[in-house]
Amino acid sequence: MSDMTQLPDLLPALPEIFLALGALVLLMIGVFGGNRVSPLVNGMAMGLIAATALFVLPFGAKNGVTFSGSFILDDYAYYLKLVILVGSFFAIAMSWAYAKSQAFDKFEYPVLIVLATLGMLLMVSAHDMIALYLGLELQSFALYVVAAINRDSVRSTESGLKYFVLGSLSSGMLLYGMSLVYGFTGQIGLPEIAAHLHENGASIGLVIGLVFVLAGLAFKISAVPFHMWTPDVYEGAPTPVTAFLAAAPKVAAMGMLVRVVIDGFQPVTHDWQQVIVFVAIASMGLGAFAAIGQTNIKRLMAYSSISHMGYALVGLAAGTEGGVQGVLFYMTAYLAMTLGVFACILGMRRKDGMVEEIEDLAGLSRTNLSMAILLAILMFSLAGIPPFIGFFAKWYVFSAAVEAGLYPLAIIGVVLSVVGAYYYLRVIKVMFFDEPKEAFEKMPVELRVVLGLSGLVVIFFWAMPSAFIQGAATAAGSLF
Amino acid sequence: MIDWPILSTVTFLPLIGVLFILLVPGDDEGGKRNIRMVALVTTLFTFAVSLMLWAGFDYSNPDFQFVEEKDWLGGGISYRMGVDGISILFVVLSAFLMPFCVLASWESVQKRVKEYMIAFLVLETLMIGVFCALDLMVFYVFFEAGLIPMFLIIGVWGGARRVYASYKFFLYTLLGSVLMLIAIMAMYWNAGTTDITVLLGHEFPASMQTWLWLAFFASFAVKMPMWPVHTWLPDAHVEAPTAGSVILAGILLKLGGYGFLRFSLPMFPLASDLFAPMVFTLSVVAIVYTSLVALAQEDIKKLIAYSSVAHMGYVTMGIFTMNEQGVQGGIFQMLSHGIVSGALFLCVGVVYDRMHTREIAAYGGLVSRMPKYAVAFLIFTMANVGLPGTSGFVGEILTLLGAYRANTWVAFFATSGVILSAAYALFLYRRVVFGPLEKESLKSILDLNLREKVILVPLIVLTIFFGFYPMAILDVTQGAVDQLIHNYQAALEAAGHVQNAAAPAH
Repeated sequence: MSDMTQLPDLLPALPEIFLALGALVLLMIGVFGGNRVSPLVNGMAMGLIAATALFVLPFGAKNGVTFSGSFILDDYAYYLKLVILVGSFFAIAMSWAYAKSQAFDKFEYPVLIVLATLGMLLMVSAHDMIALYLGLELQSFALYVVAAINRDSVRSTESGLKYFVLGSLSSGMLLYGMSLVYGFTGQIGLPEIAAHLHENGASIGLVIGLVFVLAGLAFKISAVPFHMWTPDVYEGAPTPVTAFLAAAPKVAAMGMLVRVVIDGFQPVTHDWQQVIVFVAIASMGLGAFAAIGQTNIKRLMAYSSISHMGYALVGLAAGTEGGVQGVLFYMTAYLAMTLGVFACILGMRRKDGMVEEIEDLAGLSRTNLSMAILLAILMFSLAGIPPFIGFFAKWYVFSAAVEAGLYPLAIIGVVLSVVGAYYYLRVIKVMFFDEPKEAFEKMPVELRVVLGLSGLVVIFFWAMPSAFIQGAATAAGSLF
Repeated sequence: MIDWPILSTVTFLPLIGVLFILLVPGDDEGGKRNIRMVALVTTLFTFAVSLMLWAGFDYSNPDFQFVEEKDWLGGGISYRMGVDGISILFVVLSAFLMPFCVLASWESVQKRVKEYMIAFLVLETLMIGVFCALDLMVFYVFFEAGLIPMFLIIGVWGGARRVYASYKFFLYTLLGSVLMLIAIMAMYWNAGTTDITVLLGHEFPASMQTWLWLAFFASFAVKMPMWPVHTWLPDAHVEAPTAGSVILAGILLKLGGYGFLRFSLPMFPLASDLFAPMVFTLSVVAIVYTSLVALAQEDIKKLIAYSSVAHMGYVTMGIFTMNEQGVQGGIFQMLSHGIVSGALFLCVGVVYDRMHTREIAAYGGLVSRMPKYAVAFLIFTMANVGLPGTSGFVGEILTLLGAYRANTWVAFFATSGVILSAAYALFLYRRVVFGPLEKESLKSILDLNLREKVILVPLIVLTIFFGFYPMAILDVTQGAVDQLIHNYQAALEAAGHVQNAAAPAH
C-alpha cells in the first residue's frame, strides 16, 4: 500500500505530460486572446508537436513500464509515436492556408489536434484495457469535435454527428467486449490476460469478448464491416480535418489493435486470426470495388483508406514478427502517401473556392505539371506499383502472409490490388489524358513543402530503405 | 577488367538525360528541338556504352559477368546486376532501338515533347534494368515499373481509343505480374534469398515448382503475349504512337521470352517439362490462329500486331523444346523480331505521318510515288515472312528444327504458319504498295526524307547481315544456352533417379 503515496515514475510518460501541459497553455492563450490569436496558437501547436518529436521523445526515457503497469514505453510505442507526431505536425501545417481562405481560423482547431495527438500517444502506449480505453476516448472526442468544427456548415455538422453516434456505438462495443474479457480472465492488463490465456486457454465467453473488442477497434481503423462512417465523414468534414483524420489516427488505431492482439491475445492467435483474415479481405474488396464509382476525390480517398487498412491487416493476419514489421512499415508508407495526396486536394482551389471532384483535375498536367506528376506518382504508389514506397509496403505485408502460409489471403489481396489500380489510374487518366479545365490557384508554400517531402519519401524510398525498415523491424521486435 | 559498374551506368544513364531535359525550358520551337537533341544524344551514348559492354563480354564464360552487388533491403535482398550470354544482347537491342524511337518521334510528336522524351528515357532505364537485374526483387521492380511510362505513352500520345488501350495494357499485365509477385515471395521464403544465381542452383520441391511455374507463366504469357491472353496487344499497338509500338514490339514483348529462359526453365525444370506440351499447344494455336486473324485485318498496325503474336508463338515453341536449336532459335527469333517488327512499325509510321490513317484501304499504289519506301518496306516484309537471307529466316528455321526434334506434329502445324505469314504479309504489301495509284490524297505523297532514311537504312543492313551471318548472335548466346540445357537435363535426370529409387520402397 505504500506505493499509493509514492509518485509513479513519470519519465516514460514525459512526452504525454509535456503535450498535455502544452495543450492547456494553448487553450488559455486562446481563451484570453480570442480568435485573433489563432495563427499564434496554430504556430505554437506545431512548435509543441515538433518539440515533442525532436527533443522530449528522443531525450526522455527509452523504455519503461509505469503507472502500475498500465503504461508502457518500448521500441514499438516509440516508433509509432514518432510517426503519429509527424502526421499531426503536417496536418496542422496543411490547415494554414485553408484557415485563411475559408474562415476556418478558430483557435480550438490546433488545440483539439494536440489533444487528439495526446490521445493517440496514450493509445499506442496503453498496456491495460482501461488505459487503452481512456486514450482512445480522448482521441475520439477531440476528433468528433474537429469533424464538426465548421459549425455553420450542414455537411460538417452532419458528419461530426454521424461520426459521434457511430463512434459511441463502437466504443460501447469495445467496452462490452473488455468487460467480457475481464469477466472471463479476471485481468485487465494485456500481459496478464495473455498469461491467463496461456494457462487456461480460451473459453467461449472470452472469444465473444474478443470479437467485440476487435469490432470496436475495427471501427476505429474503418475496416469493413465497420466502415460506413468513413466516406461520409471524409466528405463532410473540412478538408484539413479529413487530411488529419485519414493519417495519424489510423496509424494510432492500427498500432493499438496490433498491440492488443499480439500482447494480450497471442495464446489464442487462431481465434483472432480468422477474424482478421475476414476483415482484411472484406476491406480490400469493398475498398477496391466501391471506389470505382466515386466522383468526389475525398470519398475516393475514403474508400482507398478502407482498402489500405485491409492490406495492413494482411500483415497482422500473419501474426508473426515479420507481419507486425510489415504493418508498421505499411502504416508509415500510408501516412507519407496520404499526407501528399491531401496536400494536392487542399491545393485544388479556384478563384471561387475549393473544388473536390475528380473531374476538376482534368488536364492538370498541362496547367500544373509538377503537381500532376507528383499526384500521379502518389496514385501509382497507392496502387502498389514499383519503384515507389507503396509497392515495398505491400511486399512486406504480403510476404509475411506468404511466410505464414496464408496463400489464399495473399492471392486474393494482390488480385484485389489490381482492381484497386483501376480507380487510381482513373485519377491519372483525368490529369494526363483529358482536356484541361481552368487552372488552380497557386499552391501555398506549406502545401508545396508537404507535397514535396511526401514525394521525396515516396519516390526515393528505394535509395535508402534501411532507415524505415530497420526502424520497423526494431519496433516489431519489442512486441515479441 | 572493367572495374567501374558498367551495368549500372548503362541502366541509369538515360536518367541523366532526364535531368537535363527537366532543366531545358521546352515551350517554344527551339526548346523542343533542344529536348529532342538531348534525348537523342543520351540514347546514342547509352547505345555506345552498351556496345562497350558487348566488347568486354567474354564469350567463353557461360556465367554472369560484370556482376555488381550492393546491400539493399537486407534479409537476402540486395541490389545485384549481371549479364550472361542470354541477357546481354537484349541490353544491346534495347539501347539500339531507342535512338530510332527518338528519331521517329522527331516530327510526329509535337505536343508535350518534354514529357514524351522523359517517358521514353525512363522507359529505357527500366527496360535495360530488367535485363541486367541479377536479383529477383530488382528484376520485379524494373519489370513492373515499366508499365508506368508505357501507360502514359499510349494514353497521352495515342490514337482515338487510347484510354481504353492504355487501361487494358496496364491492368492485363499488372494482373499477371502480381501473381508472379506472390510466387517470388514463396521462393524467397523457400530459398532465403532473391539472388538469381543462388535461385538457379536451388532445388524447389516438385509440387511447389508447379505452382511457381504457373504463377510465372501468368505473368510472362501475358507479356509475351501468348494466345489466349494476347488481346491487349493489338489494342495497345494500334493506339500507341509509332515509337511506342516499336518499343512494345521490339523490347517489351521480349520480356516474356526472357523471363521463361531466365526463370521458368532453369528454376522449375520439372514443372517446365510437365507443362511443355501445353506451351506447345498454345504456341501452335497462336501461330495458326493469329495468322488467320491477321489475314482479315483492315488496319495496318493491327495486322502487324497479330503477326507479332504469331512470331512470338515460334519463340515459346522453340524455348520449350529445350534443345540447342530450339532455344538458340528462340533467342535469335526474339532479337530478329525486335529489329524487324520495330522496323515495320517505323515503316507504318512513315506513311501514317503523311496520311494520318492506318486503314489499309486508304493506301494503294505507293510504289509509283515512293519507290525507296517500297524497297524498304519490301525488305522488312520479307524478313517478317522469313525469307532466306533475312534474319527472320534463321529464327524460324532453327525453332522449327528444334520443334521437329521434340515433336513432329508441333513442327508440322507450326510450319503451316510460315505459309500463312507469307499470305498475310504479301497481301498487305500488295494492297498498300502495289496496284494503281488512284486515291487523290496519295498523288502528292513524298518519298522518304533524310531522317527516315537514316532510320531505316541501318535496320535494313542489320536484317540482311544477321540473315547471312547469324553466328554474330549465336556465338554470344552459345555458352549460356549450353549451360542452361545441360542443367535442365541434369535436373530432370536427378528427379528421374529419385523416382526410380523411390519405386522399390513401396
